[in-house]
Amino acid sequence: MEKERRNFIKKGAAIGATGAAGLMTWMAAEDVNETGEKVKLLSTNGEIIEVDKAYLKMASVENAEQMRRDLIGREPVPGRKFIMVVDLGRCRNAKKCIIACQKMHYLAEDKEWLKVKLLKDSDAGAPYWFPKLCMHCDNPPCVKVCPVAATFKREDGLVLIDNDKCIGCKFCMVACPYSTRVFNWEDPENPDMEGAEFPSTETSLPHYHNTVEKCDFCPDMVRMGKLPDCVTVCPNGVFYFGDENEDAVTNGDETVRLSALLKDRAGYRYMEELGTKPRVYYLPPVNRMFPVERGYRDLSEEEINVMKDQMK
Amino acid sequence: MKNTREKIFEAILPSMRDKGIKFKLWNAFLIAIILWGLYALWIQVTVGHIVTGMRDHIVWGIYIVNFIFFIGLGYAGSVIAALLYFGNIKWRTPIVRVATVMMVISTIIGPIYIFMEIGRLDRIHHLFIYARLQSPIMWDVIAVITYLIGCIIFFYLRVIRDFSFLSNKEIFSGFRQKLYRWLSIGYCEKPEQNRLLKQSNDILGVLIVPIAILVSSILSWIFGMTLRPGWHSSIFGPYFVLAAIYSGIGVVVVLLYIYRSIYKLEAYITDTHFKYLGYAIIAFGAGYGYFTFSEYFTDWYTSKEWNARLIEKLFDPQQYGWATFFTTVGGILIPMIVIGIPQLRTTKSTVVVSLIMVIAMWVKRYLIIIPTLENTLVPMQDLDPVVSKYSATWVEWALVSASFAAFALVFTWIMRFVGIIPIYTSSELEEGARIYSNVQTSSS
Repeated sequence: MEKERRNFIKKGAAIGATGAAGLMTWMAAEDVNETGEKVKLLSTNGEIIEVDKAYLKMASVENAEQMRRDLIGREPVPGRKFIMVVDLGRCRNAKKCIIACQKMHYLAEDKEWLKVKLLKDSDAGAPYWFPKLCMHCDNPPCVKVCPVAATFKREDGLVLIDNDKCIGCKFCMVACPYSTRVFNWEDPENPDMEGAEFPSTETSLPHYHNTVEKCDFCPDMVRMGKLPDCVTVCPNGVFYFGDENEDAVTNGDETVRLSALLKDRAGYRYMEELGTKPRVYYLPPVNRMFPVERGYRDLSEEEINVMKDQMK
Repeated sequence: MKNTREKIFEAILPSMRDKGIKFKLWNAFLIAIILWGLYALWIQVTVGHIVTGMRDHIVWGIYIVNFIFFIGLGYAGSVIAALLYFGNIKWRTPIVRVATVMMVISTIIGPIYIFMEIGRLDRIHHLFIYARLQSPIMWDVIAVITYLIGCIIFFYLRVIRDFSFLSNKEIFSGFRQKLYRWLSIGYCEKPEQNRLLKQSNDILGVLIVPIAILVSSILSWIFGMTLRPGWHSSIFGPYFVLAAIYSGIGVVVVLLYIYRSIYKLEAYITDTHFKYLGYAIIAFGAGYGYFTFSEYFTDWYTSKEWNARLIEKLFDPQQYGWATFFTTVGGILIPMIVIGIPQLRTTKSTVVVSLIMVIAMWVKRYLIIIPTLENTLVPMQDLDPVVSKYSATWVEWALVSASFAAFALVFTWIMRFVGIIPIYTSSELEEGARIYSNVQTSSS
């Protein structure tokens, strides 16, 4: 019992303090005969620290794993600046992306991190299908308002959520102008997490009851150099995912130069006037691959009416 | 001078020792409602927020409405009390007592309702260990805690002398006397003590008003700092300050009237009090009405898409049109007309319009929160009406009812303990005593 308590306090101290300083506080708490032999280590902050070799044994596998998850989840994929381009001329509301996303993230059927809306820009304009993901804004209103830093912006462009920290105040949901975020109103089902390799901030797993979640651009996949599932599964190649630093995006079939694509096809960002600086670009719905009606096929009369009613 | 105090004490004694059946029934009624609310809370915590009417688009409901309402009363209390104190207004004493007690209770009850909105109450300590100062919620946490401490001291400084007076009254049980003695922290009318007390009163009186205004503005910025049409408005800070004071005066009027009629305190809570409070209602109502008008008018005139949609929601009789009508006509115009025209102004009519106004101010907070959340920038296109339109469930209503019951219960018991009329006036003793003797002679 006493030992458990001590472990708990130690662990708390280690996570509470940041980086190397915290690590050393944690280690110094134990009584160890120093060997005098120093080892150089690279901290998660990128600082080189030196500790006595005797301390190294202390990091039990279990604790190390926990710390790695806690700290790495907030570290960017080095050198990357992820970006998405959505070609509105290709979408026909096939919803394959939604299903793939739900499968990838173990979401219930009624839970959509990725939604496809029917929009129309003006009275005389033509309606079009509009896949809506998290915009991963560079000036994210949701991150600004979070009182506990549960949601954060990474240097690689991603806006992620640390579900272990989220208190469920829903302020971020109110702040997000794109209505991207969803809440676990009911106790969600979770997959078996045994041996999970990636930090929870990168997998958005496990789902916690009464906390906030959203589209995360599948950081566990992109860290391995793979594409998010919505991109690969789309039958029409609507989504282009890539790296702004490399100036390249791909929809799985073709890889194109990002700057050229945005220039040639007049790429724009949704609600630019809000100043949120989204990392998702849209290509206008011109030269359509399908008539908009193709998207009505799997919808009921009622659904179509609701969508048409609220198109703008 | 002593005589005056004894007279006041005699007058309020029935309210401090009430053991009647009505009093017991009243307490039982309030406790029943609170228990109902606690049961609802238990369900909400065990089952989850699915039992509320809140969903992914309308993520905040009547808990936040209630939060704003009570915090508003809390801020109003100190502003009213401090203004009366520094205005050196002779008719202030019963009003100050009611206002300060209202302030303390509301400032405690209000924040509880922001916790109702929070999904993970088991992680509430994260607010402190991971506190992030950039978030308006953290501003509010700091502001409310500061204000709560300030207003408890503000209230306490005004009752120390009464506690010392009450501790000598044999009529109370020994325990109660001891409690009074302990709370009076050794006050025994030494000139030095009076000087210190007056100084502290002055300092806190000066401090509490800017704190209240600041804290009220910070509350409004939870909404003002978002990109939502209807919230993102520079008028929101002052608008909330005025709305808070306005609704606070209404509650003070209603509470004063209830105590006056039950315990026959006409000699101390006079018609003049209601007349002056009525004037305050007109003054603040005019300001608040002006803000309301300019808020709606500018949004309507330019008709920017998102704002126009909100205005349409608010004024469409099929949606929130009647509620808007009630809050503007019942909440602003009718009180001003009834109190403003001397032929219509009686104590009773003042109380009735105040009550209507207080209800309207609660509804107004509903109109600030819910229609704005229902007016998303990206169309919702959800089939399920539960998702696209908010309606509170019994769980939420039970918890909101519990807040009013708790307010009434705590108010009843604090007033029972400290008395509705201050036995000592809150500033110069002699002056206060003179007013009371005038009141006594004029009424007898």
